[in-house]
Amino acid sequence: MTDQTVRAPQTVTRTPRARAEGEEAYLEVTDLHVQFPTADGKVQAVQGLSYALPLRRTLAIVGESGSGKSVSSMAILGLHDRKSTWISGSIKVGGKEVVGMSEKDLMSYRGADAAMIFQDPQSSLHPFFTIGAQITESYRAHHNVSKRAAKARAVDMLGRVGIPNPSRRVDQYPHEFSGGMRQRAMIAMALVNDPKLLIADEPTTALDVTVQAQILDLIADLQRDFGSAVVFITHDLGVVAEIADDILVMYGGNAVEHGPVEKILGSPLHPYSWGLLESIPAVSGTPGPLHPIPGSPPSLLAMPSGCAFHPRCEFRDRVGGDLCRTLKPELIPRTADQGRTSRCHLKEPDKVFETEVLPRLP
Amino acid sequence: MLFYILRRVISAISVVIVTVVCSFLLFFAAPHDPAGVICGPKCTPERLKDITNSLNLDQPMVEQIGLYFKGIAVGRDYTAGGVTRHCDAPCLGYSYILGVPVTDLLARAVPVTLSIVIGGATIYLIFGVLIGTIAARVRGTTLDKAAVGTSLVIGSVPYFIVALVIALYATFLPRSQYTSFFENPIQWAGGLLAAWLCLGLTNSAQYTRYSRASMIEALGQDFTRTARSKGISERRVVYRHGLRAAMTPVITIFGVDVAYQLVNTIFTERIFQLPGLGTRIINAFNQYDLPVLMGGVIVGATVLVVMNLLVDILYTVLDPRVRLG
Amino acid sequence: MTTTDKSGIKRVAGAPLLELNDVKMHFRTKGEGLLARGTKWVQAVDGVSLTVQPGETLGLVGESGCGKSTTARLITRLLEPTAGEIKYEGVDIAHMSERKLRPYRREIQLIFQDPYSSLNPRHTVGTIVGTALRTHGMVPKGGELKRVQELLEVVGLNPEHYNRYPHEFSGGQRQRIGIARALAARPKIIVADEPVSALDVSIQAQVMNLLENLRKELGIAFVFIAHDLGVVRHFCDRVAVMYLGRMVEEGPRDALYETPQHPYTQALLSAVPDIGVVRGVPPKHRIRLVGDVPSPVDPPSGCRFRTRCWKAEEICATSDPALERKPVGDTVVACHFAEPPVESIVAEAV
Repeated sequence: MTDQTVRAPQTVTRTPRARAEGEEAYLEVTDLHVQFPTADGKVQAVQGLSYALPLRRTLAIVGESGSGKSVSSMAILGLHDRKSTWISGSIKVGGKEVVGMSEKDLMSYRGADAAMIFQDPQSSLHPFFTIGAQITESYRAHHNVSKRAAKARAVDMLGRVGIPNPSRRVDQYPHEFSGGMRQRAMIAMALVNDPKLLIADEPTTALDVTVQAQILDLIADLQRDFGSAVVFITHDLGVVAEIADDILVMYGGNAVEHGPVEKILGSPLHPYSWGLLESIPAVSGTPGPLHPIPGSPPSLLAMPSGCAFHPRCEFRDRVGGDLCRTLKPELIPRTADQGRTSRCHLKEPDKVFETEVLPRLP
Repeated sequence: MLFYILRRVISAISVVIVTVVCSFLLFFAAPHDPAGVICGPKCTPERLKDITNSLNLDQPMVEQIGLYFKGIAVGRDYTAGGVTRHCDAPCLGYSYILGVPVTDLLARAVPVTLSIVIGGATIYLIFGVLIGTIAARVRGTTLDKAAVGTSLVIGSVPYFIVALVIALYATFLPRSQYTSFFENPIQWAGGLLAAWLCLGLTNSAQYTRYSRASMIEALGQDFTRTARSKGISERRVVYRHGLRAAMTPVITIFGVDVAYQLVNTIFTERIFQLPGLGTRIINAFNQYDLPVLMGGVIVGATVLVVMNLLVDILYTVLDPRVRLG
Repeated sequence: MTTTDKSGIKRVAGAPLLELNDVKMHFRTKGEGLLARGTKWVQAVDGVSLTVQPGETLGLVGESGCGKSTTARLITRLLEPTAGEIKYEGVDIAHMSERKLRPYRREIQLIFQDPYSSLNPRHTVGTIVGTALRTHGMVPKGGELKRVQELLEVVGLNPEHYNRYPHEFSGGQRQRIGIARALAARPKIIVADEPVSALDVSIQAQVMNLLENLRKELGIAFVFIAHDLGVVRHFCDRVAVMYLGRMVEEGPRDALYETPQHPYTQALLSAVPDIGVVRGVPPKHRIRLVGDVPSPVDPPSGCRFRTRCWKAEEICATSDPALERKPVGDTVVACHFAEPPVESIVAEAV
């Protein structure tokens, strides 16, 4: 790793893309339910998720463990075991319906139309095959080319994701790569077939912060080059702020808030989003006390009635009657702004945020 | 790598030497009278003295061990009743009972045992891995439960009972006997079939369980999910990605296991009346035929250390993450 | 003046609570070849010095492989250092025997990252905390159970749940059990190794608040190890940045976060994705480091950061910069070209 050049620091200005109205959705998820029957009952991992994503846009799906963010994304690639999973609703990718797709069609769809990168590149790469073998396997699954041509493509891809010396590296095993390099190789493998949809499931969580910054830049660059739609799953709101155009906040298998990133992070409307913002100790600003959300996330075996968040919500008493406990709110626009939706009964949430939550934020 | 192997070979040799010395001390220092055994019932004191002298039994223990190793390295001479016989290296002495060189006896017995184990091990490895892999793929179904159940039943029946059942009931099999492979391969296989089945059947139960567990683990790994997400066939996911990872620990167990099988074929050989190493050692044991016993010990120890070394080297081939050093 | 109390701990009056002097921990790796030639040493920690005063919190940050967890295991003497002094109240415990260490083990407690694997699944919570009480001879007159329940309450667990098993608790609650166990010994200092990094964001904040309350109410000093710079900033009075087994910068929290002088500290801080950007905070000056952390087996000569540093010059390869105070700045820093950042590294306050 001595063949690198040390670059001078640069100022990177992030320019969020303006939301192009009427852009055709490449990925369209409608009323998606994913359930796992278990001995203790039905685990309702995803309960009626809907969103749409056009090409060249990045959607961040944010949530804690058990929120259904990973489960719903695995469903987009049809990766759940048919025998032990019950899926309903619709997932359309480039016009193809993925829910209920035959195994044969799934084979030609996976990797070609949509590809995925995973959290832990160490365990997600096969330890006994070379990086090159794993990339060429992906390529040859969808392209009828010779081994030699596939390998040339693999070397090319490794170069594009910033791996120095790709023609030598292609014959190495994953353990000979560092963590960051492994994730680069994973990205090369996912993009080798030019998929129009890339799903990144916590791709930087296992990495160090300086390496994370490199990988985030890389994903953003490649998205520009490939013009693909990206679903970026993470629990880190800082990462979201850096990479996403849109954000979808999930809680207990539901989307609770959805909209452009600067709006959702700048002035969120859902009490759960508020709780997340108040829980994060920042590296900048005035250090103040944290206001954690009380309690723990709900069990997916026994979801609370009404709004799934109501047992932990400090604003539930503001809502008239027993609404929060009895009626699950719809994911709809709650303010004059039609470009964003949230799932909460609270009246005038924008004012509540301005007056009560914002002053508490660091 | 070469250095590593050299180092391991040296340590293997020293293990064998230590084993030999320990066995020697145990066997020869025991309170019994080898010369008396050889001399037989019509023994005269002069003959007994002659024998004792010819076996160097009257010399100090250290001297005897030295002579024993000298025999292995360069051969040695035995003088009995005024006649001197030269025993070529590697000389492990003469059988007290049969009066022939131990090396000759072992040279006849080892191929028999080797044939039994190689055939049996091939059967149990193939069947065990095949059934285990299929069971893992259809995990939770009736087929899986049947495979697991059967393997549990077979695994819990004592080995000799399975062997006896085969010996008694599988009479349609060719008569159990040993013919050299180079003489007549068909007769070789036919004569060993019963023993192979017995060894194969009992051990495949165990390998079914190993492979199933190992395969289930491999199929639950992140890299299996990655493989699926590429759009390759499920068969390729299971048999290329899954099996490749699952077999590494199984092969490792197999290597060490084969070594133990080689030195533990006593039951099989006895029941199927095959003149292998196990039979030879049991006979020697019953007759105080110490040189033969010692020879058996040396062969056994050597097989174990060699197989262990082979497994370690094999492991580096199977798992590129493992480096010798 | 040295006194020895009845537990067997010698204390030097006026000495800091904890003091590490040029502590080194080198692990041996087996070499290759017939005679195991080329045996190499992993320099996990290579000359770390730090002090912690009573009730103070010191944060240790750095990326994987920087030696922060090894430092934690050295302070708690789960490892014996290769060289250097580890002084607890003025007495060197670096090479103390296990028997003599026992009273110190009580006063220096450790909290682990993984609440799942650090609790024995076959023991009830009452047994886990009670065992800690008995081990350290801290069972009070009122009886073990009463004290266990008190401790559970202190860490925010239901005291009636003392007879439950760890698997019946959530991740955050398990971390609370770990904290109760550490508190059972009435420690003066707790070494917390990534205590919240395995927890979800909302739970992480709960545990952080708990630790903060304990610190304020019980006056316990902390060595707080985390890779999350926000978490460390929130919790610590002073922060030390480690890179490849060395400390590169150390200083008061605000000075370190606002005017870091070491290029690595600057890069590290600038790499943290900041949520502020969407709230109209001007985009920060970003430094992108190239490549990965070199191997601690064969670290670069001179300054260890030089292979990734944009300021590196010849002197950096030949001369190892000492950790020292510079004419400007409030931190001590090990760099030949230390200077406060030209532009703001972290986003300006809103």
